[in-house]
Amino acid sequence: MTGFAHRLAPLLLLTLLLGLWEAACRLLHVPIYFLPPPSAVAVALVERAPVLASSAFQTFRMAIQALIAASIIGGGLAVAVSLSPIAERAVRPLAVALQVTPIVAIAPLVVIWAGLDNAEFAVIALAAAAAFFPVFSGVLTGLQSADADLERLFDLYGANRIQRLVRLRLPTALPFALEGLRVASGLAVIGAVVAEFVSGTGQTQGLAWRLLEAGNRLRTPELLAALVWLAALGLLLNLAVAAGSREILKQRSGR
Amino acid sequence: MADGLAASLSGVTVAYPDRSPIGPIDLTVAAGEIVALVGASGAGKSTILRLLADLERPHDGAVVRQITPGGTGFVFQSPTLMPWADARTNVALPLELTGIARPEAQARAADALAAVGLGDRLKARPFQLSGGMAMRVSLARAMVTRPDLLLLDEPFAALDSITRRGLVEDLHRLWSETRPAIVFVTHDVEEAVYLAQRVIVLDAATGRPGAAIPTPGPIPRPPHWRADPAYRQTVEAVAGALALASAMAPVA
Repeated sequence: MTGFAHRLAPLLLLTLLLGLWEAACRLLHVPIYFLPPPSAVAVALVERAPVLASSAFQTFRMAIQALIAASIIGGGLAVAVSLSPIAERAVRPLAVALQVTPIVAIAPLVVIWAGLDNAEFAVIALAAAAAFFPVFSGVLTGLQSADADLERLFDLYGANRIQRLVRLRLPTALPFALEGLRVASGLAVIGAVVAEFVSGTGQTQGLAWRLLEAGNRLRTPELLAALVWLAALGLLLNLAVAAGSREILKQRSGR
Repeated sequence: MADGLAASLSGVTVAYPDRSPIGPIDLTVAAGEIVALVGASGAGKSTILRLLADLERPHDGAVVRQITPGGTGFVFQSPTLMPWADARTNVALPLELTGIARPEAQARAADALAAVGLGDRLKARPFQLSGGMAMRVSLARAMVTRPDLLLLDEPFAALDSITRRGLVEDLHRLWSETRPAIVFVTHDVEEAVYLAQRVIVLDAATGRPGAAIPTPGPIPRPPHWRADPAYRQTVEAVAGALALASAMAPVA
C-alpha cells in the first residue's frame, strides 16, 4: 500500500501540475507564443517528432563522442599524473583552471580554431572540455585512495609500478571513475547544447538548434517539446551510467 | 630451538615530525622463535614491525635481516583484502608480485587457504566472509610465500574471543609446520603469553623494549593451558612489568 503510494506520488504531482497549467492557460487566455498549454506541447511533440528525434540523436551522438574523448584524455592524464607527484603538481592547477572557466567563454575561440565549416568538431571538443574535469578528478582521486596497508603489502613484495597500478590502484579507482563519468555525462549534454548555441551555424542540427529556431520563430510549443527531449536525453544518459556502475560495483559489495 | 638470527634492530631510533622520537631500540629475533611485543598504544609497536619488515627506514642505528627476498609475511590490524578479488586471488598476490606464474600461484594459494580451513571458500569475495574468515585469508596470504619472518600487528583485536582463540591455535599449527620467526604485536597480555615463547614489554614513553619474559610450556599449547598455574603466573608477571613500563598502578 505505502509502496504503491510511494511510486505513485511523483506521477500524481506531475499530473496535478500539468492539469493546473492547462487550466490556467485556458482560463486566463494566455497567448500560445507566451506559454502554450501542455496539450499544445504534446501536439508539437507528436507533429515534430521526426525532426526532434533526429536532432536529439545528433545531440546524443555528439555528447557520447565528447564523453568518450573526455574519458580517454581525462582518465589517461590522471593515470600519467598519478605516476609522478611532480606531474600532479604541474597539471592540477591547469585542470582546475579549465574546470572553473565557463565553457561558454571559450566556445567562440574553439569555434574559430575548428573553422566555421567544422562546427560539429567544435561542439564535440567543447562538450569534451566540459566533461573532462569530473573524469580526471575522479580517476586521480581514486588512484590515490588505495588502502595504506595494501600499499605497504605491495612494498613488502617489491611490486613494480605497473603491478601496483594494474593490481591495486586502477581497481581502487574504478568506483571513483564511474562516479566521475556519471557527473561527466550530464556535463557533456550541457556542453554540447551550449557549444551548439554559440557556434550558431545550424550546421550541426542538434536539439540546441531546434531550440534557437523555435525561439526565433516564436514557435513556443516546439521549443518546449525540444526541452522535453533534452531533459529525457540527460536523464537517460545519467541512468544508463548509474545502472552500469551499480552492476559493476555489485560484484564487490554484493549490494 | 633458535638456530641463528632472523632479524635484529640495534640502536635504532625513529624520528617523527609531530611527536617525540622513539628509541634507541635493541631487539633480536632468532630464527624460528615466537616473540610477542606488548605495550601501551602509541608505544611504537607498529613502527618496530615496519622496521623489521624493511618498510620503514631507521633514523639511526642498524637493521639486520637474514631473510630471503619475499620471505617476510605481514598481517595487518584489519584483513586488508582487495575487495574486488576473491579469496584465492588475494592469497596468490604475494606470489604473483614476486614473479611466480599465475597457475602455480593460484594452486599454492589454494593450498594455503586449505591450511587455514578455507579450502572450500576459494571463490568467496571478501564481503562474503565473516571477520574471522577474512583474517584467516589474510593469514594465508602472509604464509603463502613460506616466509622466514612473519609479522602480525594486533591482527585479532577486532574479533570476538572465541574466534580469536581459534586463530591463535591456527597460527601455532602453521608455525609448527614451517617454523618461521614470528613477531606478534598485541596489547592483550593473556594472548601474548599464550601465543609466544618470549614476551617483550615496551616502554610507553620511549618505545624501547624492556623486560623480556620467557613463557613456559610447549607450542602448540596443551589443552586447558589457560588454566595452568605456570601460565597464570607468567600472565601476572607480564601484567606487572607492563604496568611498570606504562607507569601506572596494576589493575586489580
